[in-house]
Amino acid sequence: MTDKHVQRPDLPPPVSEVGAVGWLRKNLFSSYVNGLMTLLALWLLWQFLPPLLDWALFSANWSGETRADCVGEGACWVFIANRMDQFLYGFYPAQLYWRPNLAGLVFIALMIPLFIKSFAWKNWLGAAILIVYPFIAYLLIHGGWFGLSEVETSKWGGLMLTLVLSAVGIVASLPIGIVLALGRRSKMTMFKSVCIIYIEFWRGIPLITVLFMASVMLPLFFPEGSDFDKLLRALIGITLFQSAYMAEVVRGGLQAIPKGQYEAAASLGLNYPKTMAFIILPQALRLVIPGIVNTFIALFKDTTLVLIIGLFDLLAIIQLALTDAEWLGFDTEGYVFAAAIFWVFCFAMSRYSIALEAKLHTGHKK
Amino acid sequence: MSNQKPGLKPTKPVVWNDPKYRAIFFQAVLALGLIYFITTIIGNTLTNMEARGISTGFAFLSEKAGFGIMQTLVDFSAQSSYGRTFIVGLLNTLLVAVLGIFLATILGFTMGVARLSTNWLVAKMATVYIETFRNIPLLLQIFFWYFSVLRTLPSPRESLSLGFGAELNVRGLYLPSPVPETGFWLSVLALLLGLAVMFFMRRWAKRRQEETGKRFPDGWASLGLIVGLPLITFLLSGQPLDFDYPELRGFNFKGGITMAPELLALVLALTIYTGAFIAETVRAGILAVDHGQTEASMALGLKRGQAMRLVIIPQALRVIIPPLTSQYLNLTKNSSLATAIGYPDLVNVFMGTTLNQTGQAVEIIAMTMAVYLTASLSISYLMNWYNKKVALVEH
Repeated sequence: MTDKHVQRPDLPPPVSEVGAVGWLRKNLFSSYVNGLMTLLALWLLWQFLPPLLDWALFSANWSGETRADCVGEGACWVFIANRMDQFLYGFYPAQLYWRPNLAGLVFIALMIPLFIKSFAWKNWLGAAILIVYPFIAYLLIHGGWFGLSEVETSKWGGLMLTLVLSAVGIVASLPIGIVLALGRRSKMTMFKSVCIIYIEFWRGIPLITVLFMASVMLPLFFPEGSDFDKLLRALIGITLFQSAYMAEVVRGGLQAIPKGQYEAAASLGLNYPKTMAFIILPQALRLVIPGIVNTFIALFKDTTLVLIIGLFDLLAIIQLALTDAEWLGFDTEGYVFAAAIFWVFCFAMSRYSIALEAKLHTGHKK
Repeated sequence: MSNQKPGLKPTKPVVWNDPKYRAIFFQAVLALGLIYFITTIIGNTLTNMEARGISTGFAFLSEKAGFGIMQTLVDFSAQSSYGRTFIVGLLNTLLVAVLGIFLATILGFTMGVARLSTNWLVAKMATVYIETFRNIPLLLQIFFWYFSVLRTLPSPRESLSLGFGAELNVRGLYLPSPVPETGFWLSVLALLLGLAVMFFMRRWAKRRQEETGKRFPDGWASLGLIVGLPLITFLLSGQPLDFDYPELRGFNFKGGITMAPELLALVLALTIYTGAFIAETVRAGILAVDHGQTEASMALGLKRGQAMRLVIIPQALRVIIPPLTSQYLNLTKNSSLATAIGYPDLVNVFMGTTLNQTGQAVEIIAMTMAVYLTASLSISYLMNWYNKKVALVEH
């Protein structure tokens, strides 16, 4: 009668298991060793973080015009601000900055629809960006037509040149890479061996030797009198080099296409070019977009090497600015700025590639 | 009598539609095209070189070089030949590559494991390290270490002491060098003996465990054999090892081992950059081992360390080793960036100075490329062999 079961309210969980304390116990102090490592890590952070933040932010000099404005212990960002135009455009004439800017805006405007889900013409737009856009950009930046004054490539520089080098490197190496990848999987021994030799050769040597070769040996290869732009030579070297890596990326995609697709195409009576163009490559290339983005990241970082053959990309122009007698001693600021720009680009692209990979692999994964 | 009609014979395609003849035709076209391309290039190159008065052939290798090199592992003077510059450059490249590979492996494995740590702070710090240094160009990192850090160190007179007689200043890192004295060979002999005994002991211990199930503490025994035995010999023979400490004489340090700032910057940057990539490889390898494997080893009663050592790591290595070797190759190829800060590696000495002095671009670039190609191809050949050996046989 009196033994009636009464539901009592639940006791709260122990303090040591939930909330901030529980989190700390679980993630930072789960054992003696872990606790020790946490303390060590905290000590390291305490040693490095406050001085770093102090240098980069709190004690830094942000405004001013000349070197004299940089007083105190912190970083001198005045130097960067002062040189910003040069870091972005190189020796491009200042009154013509609108041309590369416009080229960049056109690119961004073209890219936006690619991220809109309901946009139906993605493939066509993508093809246009790859094939038509480079010419528009070249005509805009180089000029020399339609009343636009010509700006020789020797005046191109800074971040603009870095972007030009890596974008051209990727766009030009993609078709060559596709041909090489198809050739490497060909049943014809001659094609196969030529492609393997080409790919393994370029993948086996450092980019620096390729650039050296492009700048020293390329003029020897062509009939006398044919003169090459320095930028064009670098671009040829980068494209030859990059196409070998691109071929391996595309090959990975080709290998992922099941045999049934080839057999289905054959049973429909499609010949080799049609099988490749309509059945295999559209699927394979979709699969390798993340891989292409990854090679783009690698190339984007590697373009810094053109400094060695005397082109002024972002790093080279910063290196040049550091030797300016008026602004000596700001090496660290220059490098940190360059590192920040490269990092933002590369990190954003790698996140994009990871997201894309996850998206492309839904339900597709073996 | 059968009224079955004879089956239709497959029609033979016309010659130009027959895949067999087509293949021959296309390959012939390719071959002709290649031959034309190569002969044109060779012809052009020869005429161009003649027009510029560049000699051909490898005779220049025995000519006197007439320039000095800042750091050499073998004897070299301005009197040495151009062929010798090749050797010096090659050895310097190998030095950077070996140091870089050794250090990057340690850093990469530590950071890869740290990123998977259950300790939130440690995992986050490892992630920050990996994501930061992977996404910054290597050349920029080399410049940073060289110009921003090592070149701003104090002069030898205000040198930083790192302990154990090591000194760091703007001229480089000075380390004490060991000088073996008479009787030191006894300790070396003890080490070799220890290694040999350890080898046989491990075989014996393994066989005994397989037969009787009894375990032998082979870890401790091995440690005793390869560390304890030489150490006891060393102490008993009267510590026959001396150190040559670097000392400040005049304006510079003398004695010991010197690591020039160029070498130091290069090794630092290569280690930190490649270490980030190796860490990712290691992480991917460990994650590739199914979690069921950990649970199964727990169920068998293995301790955490044993599960790691006997079950997880052997399987992870199968995944890790191929990309790891390609990272090693990348590091070796990337060591050619030495030329940007003036460290005398193969590219800087041979493809730089020697090429400028002799002008024989074709031969020199071909030789340099051949070195890197030989390394890459032989390592990728070894890798394919290894992959075949360890590949899981799936049914």
